[in-house]
Amino acid sequence: MAETLSQESGYQSEIMELNLGPHHPSTHGVFRAIVNLDGEIVLNVDPYLGYLHRGYEKTCENKHYHQIIPLAERCDYMAASANSLCFCLAVEKLLGVQAPERAQVIRVMMAELSRIFSHLFWLGTHGHDVGAMTPLFYMLREREEIMNLFELTAGGRLMPNYLRIGGLIRDLEEGFLDRLKDFCDHFDARVDEYETLLTKNAIYMDRTKGIGVLPLEMAIANGASGPMIRGSGLAWDIRKSEPYSGYGNYDFNIPVETGCDVYARYLVRVAEMRESNKILKQTLDLLPGGPIRAEVPGVIYPPQEDIYTKMEALIHHFMMVIEGIKPPVGELYQVIESPRGEMGCYIISDGTGKPHRLKWRGPAFVNLESLNTMGKGYFFADLIAILSSIDIVLAEVDR
Amino acid sequence: MTQNEIQEKLQAKFDEAIISSVEFRDQISVTVEKEKIPAVCEFLKNDPDLDFNFLSFVGGVDNLPAVPRFEIVYQLYSLKHNHRFRIKTPLEEGASVESVVGIWPTANWHERETAEMFGIVFDNHPDLRKLLLPEEWKVHPLRKDFPLQGSPQDTPDLWPKNTNREE
Repeated sequence: MAETLSQESGYQSEIMELNLGPHHPSTHGVFRAIVNLDGEIVLNVDPYLGYLHRGYEKTCENKHYHQIIPLAERCDYMAASANSLCFCLAVEKLLGVQAPERAQVIRVMMAELSRIFSHLFWLGTHGHDVGAMTPLFYMLREREEIMNLFELTAGGRLMPNYLRIGGLIRDLEEGFLDRLKDFCDHFDARVDEYETLLTKNAIYMDRTKGIGVLPLEMAIANGASGPMIRGSGLAWDIRKSEPYSGYGNYDFNIPVETGCDVYARYLVRVAEMRESNKILKQTLDLLPGGPIRAEVPGVIYPPQEDIYTKMEALIHHFMMVIEGIKPPVGELYQVIESPRGEMGCYIISDGTGKPHRLKWRGPAFVNLESLNTMGKGYFFADLIAILSSIDIVLAEVDR
Repeated sequence: MTQNEIQEKLQAKFDEAIISSVEFRDQISVTVEKEKIPAVCEFLKNDPDLDFNFLSFVGGVDNLPAVPRFEIVYQLYSLKHNHRFRIKTPLEEGASVESVVGIWPTANWHERETAEMFGIVFDNHPDLRKLLLPEEWKVHPLRKDFPLQGSPQDTPDLWPKNTNREE
């Protein structure tokens, strides 16, 4: 195409190779791509990953199972509790134990708060990427509330590190439930407020409607999951199709859009925030009493007060810290629905205290594979909107 | 379909190619011969009762000092039937396996990652460049004989600055 243009007008024209990133504000971290351009039109996008590669899987092979939990949370730091939930469920399945009822409900609380947390930040930065500065400040206001909730009960703000194999590290802090209820009560109105900023905004719609189209068959072929595939018209949510941690007990919908474009993904994520809030309200009603960790001596950590008062608990605790827990020989794959899609943890146990192999299926990594499919044929400025609509977290992409 | 039904169906079709099947916690892993991987994958994807149209991941496993040393894992999911299945294939050091990018395009990056991390070659892969690691590295970090902290010669970027290192 470029050559014919030049012949007619007498000007020289050629395909331009442009380096995007790794330190570009729109790349949300250290993402680099070589983009081939014909004028303003994108011909090809070739991502170069690995600027944040930490050797996560190799490190996990050299750590005890409990030591992996904080590492896992640093994979997708935007939804830290989702990572530890996936890992804990996988190890619990290996061990054949189940977290008690109360722990499961609190885990759902943490996972859904993480989902809102992640979608909020996505919405803010996505708005920023397409030229709307205002949303970010509103999003950070609610995100701060969630971080305060995490801080109250777990200590950590970004990475709570609150889940443990077999349950939780400690029970909810006093006052947490009141503040969560307060948050749930006003959050729906806040989502309405966000929608006034973008949903019917003519500039935003022009920038996103019909941009970055990913037809459903391409989405499936490329392994896309989460809001990416739901924005392309498939109602697939692992919380519904393979319920874990008691998700079968909650009443919520799967938001689906058929636009296949950036705008559809935006609508799906906004609707998901409302659904997550619906689940949070139900967790408040469903929360039972009881223990917060399973009681399996030698496999699950004993309650903290027992370690100081009971000999057996002290011995078990000592052995578990020194040697780690030893699941039986076997391998399994555990999936959960993270804010970005199918998050999977494939563990091979060889019967020792450390996993023989741990493969982490990061949804952001797989979703990013669709970038070339979605980006071709649009303007370069649209590529930024498309990249942002994938909702990548580079720490999870590179691992 | 349950895991057992899928396994029986696979057994009926590829009896001679199946090396072993192991069940653990309601998940079955079937190990097939590496030559049969394209045929088995094709069958799993295209059979209407199985319909594994979604590939979760392709990964490698290093079982040093076992022979054959490596294993390739394919984790599959059917969006239509909502069932999962896992197939594996053993691989000697230096051997190569047929790529499945033609069957599931998403395997592209998974295979690139597996290739650089384990030094496994995928035949007929459209673009087997390095994905996550620096171009100039000649080592494969996820192999069990690769030192955890890296090595001053092979991975100079990883080597701490304050150790004795000849510039």
